[in-house]
Amino acid sequence: MKFFISQDIIKSSFLETLQRDCGEKVSHCYQCGKCSAGCPISFQMDYLPNQIMRLVQLGMEEQVLSSKTIWLCASCLTCTTRCPREIDIAEIMDYLRRRAYQKQLIPLEETEIPLFNKIFLRNIEMFGRLYEMGLIGMFNLLSGEFFKDMSLAPKMFLKQKIGILPHRIKNLKELREIFKKSGKLAKAKRDRLLHPKLIFLNLSRKVIGKIERLK
Amino acid sequence: MKYAYFPGCSLHSTAKEYDISSRAVANALGIELIEIPDWVCCGATPAHLTLHLLSLALPVKNLLQAKKLGNYEVATCCAACFSRLKIANKFMEDDPVHKGKVEEVVGAKYSGEVKVRHFLDILVNVFGLNNISERVSKKLNGLKVACYYGCLLTRPPEIMQFDDVEEPHLMDDLMKAIGAEPVSWPYKTECCGASFSLTKTDIVLKLSQDILQMAYDAGAEAIVVACPLCQSNLDLRQSSINKKYKKHFHMPIFYFTQLLGLSLGIDPKKLGFNKLIVNPSKALSAIA
Repeated sequence: MKFFISQDIIKSSFLETLQRDCGEKVSHCYQCGKCSAGCPISFQMDYLPNQIMRLVQLGMEEQVLSSKTIWLCASCLTCTTRCPREIDIAEIMDYLRRRAYQKQLIPLEETEIPLFNKIFLRNIEMFGRLYEMGLIGMFNLLSGEFFKDMSLAPKMFLKQKIGILPHRIKNLKELREIFKKSGKLAKAKRDRLLHPKLIFLNLSRKVIGKIERLK
Repeated sequence: MKYAYFPGCSLHSTAKEYDISSRAVANALGIELIEIPDWVCCGATPAHLTLHLLSLALPVKNLLQAKKLGNYEVATCCAACFSRLKIANKFMEDDPVHKGKVEEVVGAKYSGEVKVRHFLDILVNVFGLNNISERVSKKLNGLKVACYYGCLLTRPPEIMQFDDVEEPHLMDDLMKAIGAEPVSWPYKTECCGASFSLTKTDIVLKLSQDILQMAYDAGAEAIVVACPLCQSNLDLRQSSINKKYKKHFHMPIFYFTQLLGLSLGIDPKKLGFNKLIVNPSKALSAIA
């Protein structure tokens, strides 16, 4: 992997901002690669976790925030537990995802994960507890995979493992206040669930995929 | 023994049998579980990926609800809820900046005083294995099980303080105490892909296939879990795994509470065995 790194990038404040905001010393990383060796998802990533650490050290924000890796991290914390330099790598991945949200960077690939997170949280805000039917239905609809996991549905219904109607908690007002206030305090922009660009990207990708498979 | 009980969303839907069997076991052992009134979702993975403050505020709201019940510790069965509640407590104890913000959001003072324990930890470390083995009426002799802990039960060790982080043994000890035979295998804390179950199903199928294969190779007849996400990935998706990887797994995935309940002589109908997708009757009938 070759990159051209300009002076501006090396002198950018990305590393300092990250270290200040999440309190993790990425500069301590000496590239032993233990995080990548233990990572269960590394086989799908474009940059390995240790490579992300190096890119952060070099201030290469754009590469990091547009990588697939930050979205594919499963938060299993294997890297965090094993890091000999005691860097909480999973927390850094969390931070990078939150930063990508904040900058409203929509990844061109791996769009399903941010979409899922959004629908999940909207679901909680609405009912207080997870309403699986709503989550799955909404996710399938917006991700363009309308019939995904349909074959599992009859089993789930027969075993009464999934409810048809949501369970609403009593004190929804207080809960919604928590959502509102934490968004405000964290200065997070409230993003629309139905993001036209995101939906267009998802659907077109699905259609192209189908056509390619037909060929 | 009384605990404030936080079931979590999964235990009210996809993991009903975990809830049913945990309550039955607690009842049989004289542990009282008082469900936290009007609890809300802990926010799970999507919250901490999206808004850090929210991922702390939701668990804290639940812990405040638990505090109203009286001076009880919180018991939870879901590994993800356990992790989120523990992490929130850690922040409220040690991090004055986040503590201030969370208190502003939930509108109440809280400094991590409500302690959180996993139900497995309560059974093994508080109730005690000796007490359990005294009450066992039907030993599960001959059942070879692979105890699968998953990611979030033990990690990160300095916050969870649950068990050995690379080689946990609480569940193995419990299984030995009820007469089952835990196999030695290296995938105890591997990840099943948990939160990607809907979004990245291919990854989940691959990771879960590896876990099933490893358990099978180690000679296990069943896998025992303590996390609703691990269970649903290994159980519900087992047929898809067989189809995709051309395998013939027929590996029942039990919750540890189901097997414990069985050994305590609780009616199997009250332990939710009928809700498992992979039919467990063959493994259960093999018990001598």
